[in-house]
Amino acid sequence: MTNFCCGLIVGLVIVLGPASGWAMDTDAKLADPARQETYVRLTHEVRCLVCQNQTIADSNAPLAADLRREIRQMLEEGRSETEVTTFLLDRYGDFVLYKPRFKASTAALWLAPGLLLLIGGLGLGRIIRRRRGLPVPVDDDEGPPEAAPGEPR
Amino acid sequence: MRSGPGLRSEAGATFWRFLLPVTFFVALLAVFLLGLGKDPTLVPSPLVGKAAPEFSLPRLDDPSQTLSRKDLLGKTSLVNVWGTWCAGCRQEHETLLALANDSGLPIFGINWKDDPQLAREWLTTLGNPYAAVGVDQDGRTAINWGVYGAPETFLIGPDGTVLYKHIAPMTLEVWKKEFLPRIATAGTGS
Repeated sequence: MTNFCCGLIVGLVIVLGPASGWAMDTDAKLADPARQETYVRLTHEVRCLVCQNQTIADSNAPLAADLRREIRQMLEEGRSETEVTTFLLDRYGDFVLYKPRFKASTAALWLAPGLLLLIGGLGLGRIIRRRRGLPVPVDDDEGPPEAAPGEPR
Repeated sequence: MRSGPGLRSEAGATFWRFLLPVTFFVALLAVFLLGLGKDPTLVPSPLVGKAAPEFSLPRLDDPSQTLSRKDLLGKTSLVNVWGTWCAGCRQEHETLLALANDSGLPIFGINWKDDPQLAREWLTTLGNPYAAVGVDQDGRTAINWGVYGAPETFLIGPDGTVLYKHIAPMTLEVWKKEFLPRIATAGTGS
């Protein structure tokens, strides 16, 4: 019974824990809903450089709290989203944004996936076209098939 | 044997099936090997080559006085971001003391998100390598300097330009390799 209870608790924590959110940002909302929305979006796009695979919204590092405070204050002063990201980029560089701006130094990052997809697609198309052209081997007259459809090569 | 394909397309097939993947693999391997020695936690500072940020902080020894950007001007200097909570800062302290004695450059401290009382005790107990220390309790100056992990050490030119930033404890090896050549280029400014 004890085991069952422990299991149940662990299970509930695993299932419900993330759903309830581990948000570290417990500060009050901004008065203006539009600004609050910008604030939430920004804090989910800014990397916490202390714990690099977390956003500053997820991180409880002191620096993340400081950055949230700066962003909140800038938004309350009526500054735009672009002004806030420029502020961060000037100090911490492109790496601070999970979605870096498109420019010469980040072009490879943005374009490579599309390019690789294109190359892969072309290659796949080539293979499919070639296999379509091949007669489906039904007898052994021409020796074992080199690549029967559906078989591992 | 299938009939038909000549030598040319045989060679072509060999290329596509064998050489191309191998070339790709070797290229990928080279990229990974080159990346292996790098520390992904080091983020290059966009401040290098630009003017050091404006700041004005109450001094640790006398909060009625301030340490500000203009105190850095006129002489090549170091700005060291530290805190008593930072193990790396304890580790580099001896090196900073040696540099304060031998380098001829002033070291300015930014005491980052720390208890000033503990910071004063730290300097009394371990020795004080700093020409002056500014207290950055809310961390705002550190953000303006793009600081994300203490200890960080900036090299500032006589005109207030950031020449270099070292993230991690300062060592004599780093000093010789990264700082001395840049100081030689910039001059000490005195």
